[in-house]
Amino acid sequence: MSLFTEVPQAAPVAVFKLTADFREDKHPSKVNLGVGAYRTDECQPWVLPVVRKVEQLIANDHGLNHEYLPILGLPEFRASASKIALGEDSPAINENRVGGVQSLGGTGALRIGAEFLRRWYNGKNNTATPIYVSAPTWENHNAVFSDAGFTDVRPYRYWDAEKRGLALAGFLEDLENAPEYSVFLLHACAHNPTGTDPTPDEWKQIAEIMERKKLFAFFDSAYQGFASGDLQKDAWAVRYFVSKGFELFCAQSFSKNFGLYNERVGNLTVVAKDSDNASRILSQMEKIVRTIWSNPPSQGARIVATTLTTPELFAEWKDNVKTMADRVLLMRSQLKAKLQALGTPGTWEHITQQIGMFSFTGLNPNQVGYLIKEKHVYLMASGRINMCGLTTKNLDYVAESIHETVTKIQ
Amino acid sequence: MAALSSFADTPTAQPSEEDRLSLAFLKDRSTEKALLWCTEYLNEEGHGSLLPMTRKVMLQICSDPTLTLDYLPTLGLPEFTRSATELALGRDSPAIRENRAGGVQTLGGTGAIRLGAELLQHWYNVGGARCGPVYLSSPSGGSVAATLQGAGISDIRSYRYWDPDKKGFSVEPLLEDLEVAPEQSVIVLYASAHCPTGAEPSQSDWKQIAEVMRRRRLFPFFLLPSQGLCWGDPAQDAWSLRYFVSLGFELLCAQSFSTNFGLYSDRVGSLLLVLKHSSLLLAVQSQAASLVHALWSRPPGGGARLVTMVLNNPALLAEWKEGLRVMVERGMLIREKLKERLRMLGIPEFWDHVTQQRGLYCCTGLTEEQVQFLVMTCHVYLPASGCVNVTAISGRTLDHVAESIYLAVTSDLQEYRH
Repeated sequence: MSLFTEVPQAAPVAVFKLTADFREDKHPSKVNLGVGAYRTDECQPWVLPVVRKVEQLIANDHGLNHEYLPILGLPEFRASASKIALGEDSPAINENRVGGVQSLGGTGALRIGAEFLRRWYNGKNNTATPIYVSAPTWENHNAVFSDAGFTDVRPYRYWDAEKRGLALAGFLEDLENAPEYSVFLLHACAHNPTGTDPTPDEWKQIAEIMERKKLFAFFDSAYQGFASGDLQKDAWAVRYFVSKGFELFCAQSFSKNFGLYNERVGNLTVVAKDSDNASRILSQMEKIVRTIWSNPPSQGARIVATTLTTPELFAEWKDNVKTMADRVLLMRSQLKAKLQALGTPGTWEHITQQIGMFSFTGLNPNQVGYLIKEKHVYLMASGRINMCGLTTKNLDYVAESIHETVTKIQ
Repeated sequence: MAALSSFADTPTAQPSEEDRLSLAFLKDRSTEKALLWCTEYLNEEGHGSLLPMTRKVMLQICSDPTLTLDYLPTLGLPEFTRSATELALGRDSPAIRENRAGGVQTLGGTGAIRLGAELLQHWYNVGGARCGPVYLSSPSGGSVAATLQGAGISDIRSYRYWDPDKKGFSVEPLLEDLEVAPEQSVIVLYASAHCPTGAEPSQSDWKQIAEVMRRRRLFPFFLLPSQGLCWGDPAQDAWSLRYFVSLGFELLCAQSFSTNFGLYSDRVGSLLLVLKHSSLLLAVQSQAASLVHALWSRPPGGGARLVTMVLNNPALLAEWKEGLRVMVERGMLIREKLKERLRMLGIPEFWDHVTQQRGLYCCTGLTEEQVQFLVMTCHVYLPASGCVNVTAISGRTLDHVAESIYLAVTSDLQEYRH
């Protein structure tokens, strides 16, 4: 008799199932718009040229070893990663009240932050403290916070399906009505899955309420540089909150902007009120890390740290990032142009207004089903497409497929 | 913004014993100082040993234009987990043939323990009392208890393992403790190379342990932290694990490739699952994937690729196994030398236990007072348990360490007694 007899099969993660179905599809024109990584115009993965260069440097450096990193990670990585998020001249860094925890990608950073908040936020057990995530949000946000022990993960209004934009009024209202000291998970830029970000003015309104209602800001920053092609621009919201004196967490991922997906490079940037708070917080985070992965992997962190701290490599990296961002922007404008040229019913402005890897097309579940089944164009049930799945070669087919879908299915 | 910090009440975490030792050692200015606790296999220069083939294989990997940096699957590189499972159980294991054994790639050994703990906490004995007590050996390796607690397991107990009179492992007290453990308790066992004592059950001890565990329906959670570095032979190091599998036990096994591949900072590990049927394996793996998704999402690729390459290339595999033998021989030599030095100094008792123990670790049998004496007076740093990592003793420090131990054992330590 097995003591695991009653273990049910877990529901598959939607995007993984989508990719699996795509792989099995034999149709010659199939297109995968659910892919979770950057693809070139040849639909190939792209190892950034600067990354290849640094990998070689590292492999040939006999001074480097494979000994355990410190629990909190490679010091040069943590410092340069936080600097990239907050800016060279960040007052918080100058005042010595910033710390970093090298983590296993953005997910790991979120998990460490969540585990810490559940134990120590406001000096109490926070299992019942509300965690607000945007409606919709990246599906893993819910899992990370509930697995960390939070029992009350709730949505805040974000996407307005009718107007295909930010539901600002609803968002602000949810902030106003949130219990004091609730935690809000905010997407720093390139919101996943909608691609819709608040404007600077809207961020100011959000911050004002959060300050007044004592709400905690936990940023998820997975696309810095990748969204607009400009590192500073993509970090505006985080830096604005810091300038207003917030203490906050920012979970950074270097998976996309360095193309280092499988090296699992992330950093949890902690901005505290003062250096004493920062060191106490980090000491507790260290204990948490010790019980999950003990110490983080070195390879990806070394690549990022070397790149960020070497001027020529840094310049080359920014260039590589711009290459990716520009291709995405090109696909956006071309898709919109083609849909408009075809006279596809509806407005398609949102395709170029949205930013980052993803676009919320506005297609409904029936339309999505048709696109997948009849046209072999794979996208999420929510209507989310990954712009990186588009190429100059498949753009026409995708546009025509969307056109056919929208005219046939309501 | 004048509000008080939301973390004003967050206390500074107390440093672990390991951290305190390291810090004290770093501050010590004595030229004779020696730090005898470490979780790496240290070479003669005191650094985590890098296997000779590592650099060349790593270069090969990063020069391969076909390799991308795309995400690994959540459960890890399939070739890696297959290889890790075969290494642990033997390629011809019935459990493998019957498709009821599989691995999940994890962040080193700690990641495997954490994932195993999460699985037990969420999914063990769902229809019954869920996860009851988890038993660890006394003494146990540093962070195992904390890792279990991190997963929400609070009822952690111990079973007797180290016998201070015999200065080795005694099976009778362990069996006694297992007899009174509640049915379905989880028992954490080192398959070989026990941390921190280096003391091993014999094969006949293991048979008795298995018999009690079968009768009392106790669940084995094996730890295999350095397969190959105990006896110099991966198969022999996994004997106890394979024995339990042959008896039909379901079990978990946390495998680490940090020490036996010198890949500490690459974080290569695997959680081995052996279930009664393949359908159970699939269900448990799917739940493991869910848990992994919210812990670290996917594991890192580089180190797992290297291990896979080595385990599946006959020339590299032979080179690796030879490397293990060399490492084990050096460890044994250090043990011999320490015992011999102590004998020559005229130490009153026999120190045979030093050479009877195997793997990286050695429980000296020194009392807490004697350990304190070593730390405070001799600049020799080791934890209160009296356990050391033998590879931390180099040619340079051997004499001083031996002399210090001699002094500790022969001096009147009145002032160190509480």
